[in-house]
Amino acid sequence: MRYSGFRVFTQGLSGNRGWRPAWRDPAPKPAYDIIIIGGGGHGLSTAYYLAKNHGLKNIAVLEKGYLGSGNIGRNTTIVRANYFLPGNSEFYSHSLKLWEGLESELNYNVMHSQRGLINLFHSDGQRDAFARRGNAMLAQGDDAILLDREGVRKHLPYLDFEQTRFPIYGGLYHPRGGSARHDAVAWGYARGADQRGVDLIQNCEVTGIDIENGRVTGVQTSRGPIRAKQVAMVAAGRSGQVAAMAGMRLPIESHILQAFVTEGLKPVIDHVVSFGMGHFYISQSDKGGLVFGGDLDFYASYAARGNLPMVEHVMEAGMTLMPMIGRAKVLRTWGGIMDMSPDGSPIIDKTDTEGLFVNCGWNYGGFKAVPASGWCLAHLMATGAPHPVAARFRLDRFRTGRGLMDEEGTGSQHNLH
Amino acid sequence: MRIPCPCCGLRDRREFTYYGASVFLDRPAPDAGLEAWDEYLHLRDNPAGVTRDLWYHDPCQSWLEVERNTVTHEVLSTRPVVEARA
Ligand SMILES: Cc1cc2nc3c(=O)[nH]c(=O)nc-3n(C[C@H](O)[C@H](O)[C@H](O)COP(=O)(O)OP(=O)(O)OC[C@H]3O[C@@H](n4cnc5c(N)ncnc54)[C@H](O)[C@@H]3O)c2cc1C
Ligand SMILES: [Zn+2]
Repeated sequence: MRYSGFRVFTQGLSGNRGWRPAWRDPAPKPAYDIIIIGGGGHGLSTAYYLAKNHGLKNIAVLEKGYLGSGNIGRNTTIVRANYFLPGNSEFYSHSLKLWEGLESELNYNVMHSQRGLINLFHSDGQRDAFARRGNAMLAQGDDAILLDREGVRKHLPYLDFEQTRFPIYGGLYHPRGGSARHDAVAWGYARGADQRGVDLIQNCEVTGIDIENGRVTGVQTSRGPIRAKQVAMVAAGRSGQVAAMAGMRLPIESHILQAFVTEGLKPVIDHVVSFGMGHFYISQSDKGGLVFGGDLDFYASYAARGNLPMVEHVMEAGMTLMPMIGRAKVLRTWGGIMDMSPDGSPIIDKTDTEGLFVNCGWNYGGFKAVPASGWCLAHLMATGAPHPVAARFRLDRFRTGRGLMDEEGTGSQHNLH
Repeated sequence: MRIPCPCCGLRDRREFTYYGASVFLDRPAPDAGLEAWDEYLHLRDNPAGVTRDLWYHDPCQSWLEVERNTVTHEVLSTRPVVEARA
């Protein structure tokens, strides 16, 4: 069923009785050509592009909970292409271009809103670093404008510019940055994949990966064994457990990142504002809630809820930057399990097991990556060669030390990103 | 979360700095080879359950090995790193 304004109108007149479920709920078949483990954003987009771009048909996505129950439904939805290093830069640039066409591509309203992202800076040194980043973004073909303090004030008059700890010197403005509705992205890709014949199998936990003579042959699941010629592990924060089923250890440590949302307010914050020095960022959802967050809780955890010190830290940073939000009531807080890699950059690669692929290491930035990650993993699985924009997301870069992509320049070590 | 420091007793998490999995104690020889260094620096069991990791207690400046559960955040035991290495 195609969605359109006309259909909404006619359905409204006929009591909305004509809507059908957006995807089937099939039972698993005994065998597929391709199995994707994990029905988050990356797993669903991979399945979609395998079918759409490469014409492959016999594909299943296995999800242990319901579609979108992982980080894809827990993130704070920032979409941007402001990376600095070769490898990341071309990948996120490609992803943003896919975002810009995503709604017509999927015939689904993912509420992608390019409201502009402003990263604040607070010293001369930081300004130089942002000028350099902005130039890298321009060289990549994306957009960046260096704003001085008055330039920031025009966009964000409500900030406390004179705060004594981090006075605001200016900001790097990325007009094409913005946000999107996270669940809708999962649902849009799910519907598109289903329409192209992909079986989306929910409540199906993978409990083992079958390997014979160095080749993957299928998986064991809570709904029985399923054979497959190719298997991709796309399990985000659970990547370590899934890889262990194939006898692998990954360069991944799972950490908690918290997020917060207030009661709905009238429109007050028009952009996405990022206050890196204070570990705070914020935007306002279309429903009116202020959506904000900070840094990791900073210790390995699978609790999917955070600890109070980080709650306090984020609230303090928010009050430092924009005291006007102090009266808003926080409605909910939650946490997601992040797959942190040592250098802070992702992995899309083959493994030493023939037919087995891995997609992980998205840290706290994998939402914006959903379109390009699926695009590139599908390319790798269908053609056997890495897609040019993801060619540097190699698993072996940690072992060899060649091609590490440490955007923050803090070192390629687990506790530093 | 509170962590029992062998020197200072039960203290708030804010007083501690997390360093990472306790495999950091098993530093390979400089010439141990790429695989050994990759294991040491990057590859992790990353368990959903009981783990051992290293924390630094600022007030008494001691390094601790903490045994805790990554799912429940329960702290099971702590000991000074000097004992963990012995
Ligand atoms: C609070 C928070 C804020 C964030 N903010 C942003 C942001 O602003 N911008 C941005 O770009 N990114 C952001 N992220 C990061 C982003 O959400 C993640 O990097 C991304 O969603 C991870 O990929 P995914 O969608 O495929 O993961 P998930 O949705 O977690 O998908 C993995 C799926 O695998 C399933 N699975 C695991 N094990 C098994 C198994 N054994 N069998 C079957 N299925 C299994 C899980 O149930 C899950 O559904 C944020 C994350 C959090 C938590
Ligand atoms: Zn102490």
